[in-house]
Amino acid sequence: MNIVVLAKQVPDTRNVGPDAMTPEGTVNRSALPAIFNPEDLNALEQALRLKEQNPGTTVTVLTMGPDRAAEVVKEAMYRGADGGYLLTDRAFAGADTLATSYALSTAIRHFAPYVDLIIGGRQAIDGDTAQVGPQVAEKLGLNQITYTEEILSCDGKTIRVVRHIDGGVETVETELPCVLTVNGSAAACRPRNAKRVMAYKKAEVPHLTCADVEADLNQCGLAGSPTKVKHVENIVFKAKESKQLTGSDEDINGLIQELLASHTIG
Amino acid sequence: MNNVFVYCELEGHTVTEVSQELLTKGRKLANTLGVKLEAVAAGEGIKGKVEQQILPYGVDVLHLFDAKGLSPYTSKPHTAILVNLFKKEKPQICLMGADVVGRDLGPRVSSALKSGLTADCTALEIGPHEDKKTGKTYEQLLYQIRPAFGGNIVATIVNPDNRPQMATVRSGVMKAEVLDPAYKGEVIVEKVEDYVPQTEYVTRVIERHVQASKNNLKGAPIIVSGGYGVGSKEGFQLLYDLAKVLHAEVGASRAAVDAGFCDHDLQIGQTGVTVRPKVYIACGISGAIQHVAGMKESGIIVSINPDENAPINQIADYVINGTVEEVVPKMIKYYKQNSK
Repeated sequence: MNIVVLAKQVPDTRNVGPDAMTPEGTVNRSALPAIFNPEDLNALEQALRLKEQNPGTTVTVLTMGPDRAAEVVKEAMYRGADGGYLLTDRAFAGADTLATSYALSTAIRHFAPYVDLIIGGRQAIDGDTAQVGPQVAEKLGLNQITYTEEILSCDGKTIRVVRHIDGGVETVETELPCVLTVNGSAAACRPRNAKRVMAYKKAEVPHLTCADVEADLNQCGLAGSPTKVKHVENIVFKAKESKQLTGSDEDINGLIQELLASHTIG
Repeated sequence: MNNVFVYCELEGHTVTEVSQELLTKGRKLANTLGVKLEAVAAGEGIKGKVEQQILPYGVDVLHLFDAKGLSPYTSKPHTAILVNLFKKEKPQICLMGADVVGRDLGPRVSSALKSGLTADCTALEIGPHEDKKTGKTYEQLLYQIRPAFGGNIVATIVNPDNRPQMATVRSGVMKAEVLDPAYKGEVIVEKVEDYVPQTEYVTRVIERHVQASKNNLKGAPIIVSGGYGVGSKEGFQLLYDLAKVLHAEVGASRAAVDAGFCDHDLQIGQTGVTVRPKVYIACGISGAIQHVAGMKESGIIVSINPDENAPINQIADYVINGTVEEVVPKMIKYYKQNSK
């Protein structure tokens, strides 16, 4: 099987420090550590398991971003991926999810025209949109299974998957090729393998440009993005008049009595 | 042409709450724009069963797709329905729920139509827009408002040139209100085979288990909610103890869910449930904007936090400077003492 894993390098929005925002209210990306998008690691694990079960399978990682995003390709190789590409070009800058999925789909057509399975995380922590997976599937004319929890079987022709749905789970089956997106609650990714780290430490991640993948410039980057950010507001809550209490018995007792007296509780 | 469309999600023959909330919002947007509100429902054996769950929200036209294979939902047939219907009807706005179905379907439809989609909006408004680069002005665009970038900013997104302007909204963010139980809307029973080629039925649903939500967070008058500051799974037991005496439900912030302190069903906020209880007791919750987006309309907010600079304190009516372990047992004790 020919598997492509979609991975994104993201700023670690879970550990936002005080210098994460510039005084002008824009995001100061350089102040945030760049990490492998967590759910893309769950996706990588699913791909590596299929590789173990189906001899002859190759796992290729595709990421889009600036030069340093190549780190996620290498990280994936340390954990078991066969190789990967960094899709990078000034023309891709400012892409929304639609322009991103267009660029990714042209790259997949370019280096993996006979792909069997495309696997990515459900969503990235910097946007939380969960849109790129299904949008890539539609651009390539492929079926999709989102919210994957576990791959039950995959024989190279048919895949059977357990997915989370609202209020429950569902087992579905479909034919390959298709696109899967994987939840963060799926199996965690295996760690780096020391031998692989030694072997690939100096490996060069090949770059693909807009011209390499023959992408239409009108559909890339800012130009290809139908959504525009009209306005961005830095978060400052409107302060309420709040009563300040301590954890003392007296204060807590007073609060409970007050809430009971006003029939707020009880 | 140019109307507001809402995709109505069905669980069996029942229209989901989020769809009814969006129909209510869609009616308001359509009024502002002076256009019709249209709805789409697709499933199996739904004719005669779903109309009265949809039309009373002020729906002028309901497009009904009733055929074998449309229920339970799978991606490709429902995508084909919306894409082909929208090519014909050219809506200016399309709304759908930001749940598993809407987040599976919305991006596919937007990708096929090359239109913009904004996920998990917390507010939708109509307003003007000027493109600073081209100088082009737009009279009435859909403002799609959502927290972004880990909740550190709130962004207003517009789709100036592509139609439909698509947005998904979580359950509970908007309010459902019937406009008129006898509202006269037209029902168009569509010929499904004109929209969905047989080749689109490619996913087989082998097994399906759906159960009603274990908690009643959305309707609870009192919520005791825990954040990362609760510290552990065991710490959450304290919150359950308090909830038990107050007849409250237990909720959580994303940080607590991610840390494994509790089940993800309990998550309150932009990517969880939106709640409006009478009393919201925030235990060790710092108050990231995504969380606040899901609880800020609570009546009385009590914040228990050892960090007096926690952002949630800004919107709290009562700020208790203390730890959860210290304060919560005292609340239980004094509630028991005083309520008798």
